[in-house]
Amino acid sequence: MSKENRKAANTLSDAPVADVFTARAPAESERQWAETTLAQALENSPEKTPGAATGSNLDEHGRARFTTISGYPVRRLYTPADLPADWNYEDYLGYPGQPPYTRGIHATGYRGKLWTMRQFSGFASPEETNQRYKYLLEHGGTGLSVAFDLPTLMGYDSDHPCSAGEVGKCGVAIDSLEDMEILFDGIDLERVTTSMTINSPASVLWAMYLVVAEKQGADWRKISGTIQNDILKEYIAQKEYIYPPAPSMRLVVDTFEFGAKAVPRWNTISISGYHIREAGSTALQELAFTLYDGVEYVEWACRRGLAVDEFGPRLSFFFNAHNDFFEEIAKYRAARKIWYKVMKDRFGAKEERTWLLRFHTQTAGVSLPAQQPLNNIARVALQALAAVLGGTQSLHTDAYDEALALPTAEATRIALRTQQIIAYESGAAQTIDPLAGSYFLERLTLDMENGSFQYFDQLDAMGGMVKAIERGFPQKEIAEASYQYQRAVEAKEKLIVGVNEFVNEEKPPRTLYIDERIQDQQTAKLKALRAKRSNEEVHRRLFALKQAAAHEPAACADGAICEANTMPYIVDAVRAYATVGEICDALRDVYGTYEETSIT
Amino acid sequence: MATEKKIRVLVAKPGLDGHDRGAKVIARALRDAGMEVIYTGLRQTPEMVVSAAVQEDVDVIGLSILSGAHNAIVPRLMELLRQNQAEDILVLVGGIIPDADIDALRKTGVAGIFQPGTPMDDIVNFIRQNARPRSIPARP
Repeated sequence: MSKENRKAANTLSDAPVADVFTARAPAESERQWAETTLAQALENSPEKTPGAATGSNLDEHGRARFTTISGYPVRRLYTPADLPADWNYEDYLGYPGQPPYTRGIHATGYRGKLWTMRQFSGFASPEETNQRYKYLLEHGGTGLSVAFDLPTLMGYDSDHPCSAGEVGKCGVAIDSLEDMEILFDGIDLERVTTSMTINSPASVLWAMYLVVAEKQGADWRKISGTIQNDILKEYIAQKEYIYPPAPSMRLVVDTFEFGAKAVPRWNTISISGYHIREAGSTALQELAFTLYDGVEYVEWACRRGLAVDEFGPRLSFFFNAHNDFFEEIAKYRAARKIWYKVMKDRFGAKEERTWLLRFHTQTAGVSLPAQQPLNNIARVALQALAAVLGGTQSLHTDAYDEALALPTAEATRIALRTQQIIAYESGAAQTIDPLAGSYFLERLTLDMENGSFQYFDQLDAMGGMVKAIERGFPQKEIAEASYQYQRAVEAKEKLIVGVNEFVNEEKPPRTLYIDERIQDQQTAKLKALRAKRSNEEVHRRLFALKQAAAHEPAACADGAICEANTMPYIVDAVRAYATVGEICDALRDVYGTYEETSIT
Repeated sequence: MATEKKIRVLVAKPGLDGHDRGAKVIARALRDAGMEVIYTGLRQTPEMVVSAAVQEDVDVIGLSILSGAHNAIVPRLMELLRQNQAEDILVLVGGIIPDADIDALRKTGVAGIFQPGTPMDDIVNFIRQNARPRSIPARP
């Protein structure tokens, strides 16, 4: 083809290099490159997406369509033409530790302090989990993260009929303060920080932790950690809710107030995208729904009369680290920038600490197949590296046997070692936000930000997240994305090594097996507990809790915790050895329970 | 002209676990494959699942269990099906089922067990080959 003909072809949408000129204005030099070098290369070897071309990964001209795992179209090459006309370093990126925080919240990055290596762990009895925690701390883990079993997450005791077959299976079984004392036996709670993945009964388990700390002689003003306490994502994705949305939100705001006034170093919420992503959302949906959940919590707390700069600094976040390396890094960078804008412009926060988005990351459990499970070590390493390059404050790396069972001690150790290799061998932690300035990454980061604000507009128009959940909006968006992804995998448009390509037979690895007898052990402990504690005292304290729960807490004066706040009553009930099930039942009596309308 | 009766499937999520991604994806795949699908929603006891299956006169029950509670839930459910003379319903279990538990589950009468990574098409084909609309008697 002559040079003239090539030039003419460029004006036609079906020219091989037409995509270079779609929705962007390349510089003269790029135009020349496209028309000569690129056009020649495409003529010699047309582009092919990995996997099968089924039609939906071809564009209308039959050209291969490249997308991220979320379906976001990816260009062959990014150049200055992909940045907005007004793009400039100060406004779009800035310096770490300064607005808009795109490059991170610490001026020294990881040089002053590495991320916390926090491995989520819990199984079987409190005794066995206590041993695992000591093992992790001995091997260089720097924080604890408690996984509770399903009965605990749902506010049932181990001897409840609904707990049959579930006790100690997906996490550790905790029924009363007694179990919590065993769980943290020999671990100094003033020195270790603890994250607890607990949502609907979050105030109960937090109260148990606080009383254990008190018994150790630890100062509540010095202890630090996180409760997940994010009920909105339960309605959206993970579905471990007990009460209806309004009273659930009230319990969350009670913890915000109690934390700000009595346990000031505690993160009273970890607003979580992790579960939204695991339920099948795209990276953009994870980002947008999570940050908008944050907006909803701030709205409710402000309505209570809490000052945004009082509780705002204790809001923390939790994101997923999935397979698509650059998309994930862009997501974390955009998250910091969006949260800064939201807190400052939407809520008028004045304190810099309130503007900072701090987050924990966990690698994507859902991305780890059961087939050829040792390959998951490589997947986790890449995902964890993305989290580090995105500036995470703490990190859990999944064990390779994730899809098969709870991890063995060996699988857990390899996961922790993966983080140590990234921290100490890869060099990735030495310089701040090292991928900044990449045309691709900056374009992705901007699209993440813009796409999130578009979702924010939709959610605002629905009247907020609680209303949107009642309409099933985020649930439907996620279900659709999840089905489309599964379809793409089954059509082999997206390849997963060892699952739909490069398959081979192999022996499954040895996995952890949870004994069915844990339920009997916990049931016996409960029976003994009920025989030795003062049941009269327990009933008195539960009655007081119910009375507080039935009253709407009013805004109250600075410093004092307002009278109807449920937290002090829950702490009192815990001190008398009331169980998780009993305390949650007291609240069920007042608030009722929630049933979702199923969307399939 | 006689039209072929559609296979009716109850997709159920027993136990306390709320991770319903798999159940929903399967429900949609079976529907796209031309089956009639009823999804129970979350936290169903074996009693609730069996009662729904009998009332809805389904041909197949698909249980999604990820939490490790299968050893308690599945035998109870199979026993309830027998008590209700509904043991001809084809029962499938999908989710995180350790290899060590598979034989015991099959002995209770479970027809198919699908571990993580099973293609949706395999499940569709399994149902097509093994389910028989209950209201139509088998040919002699």
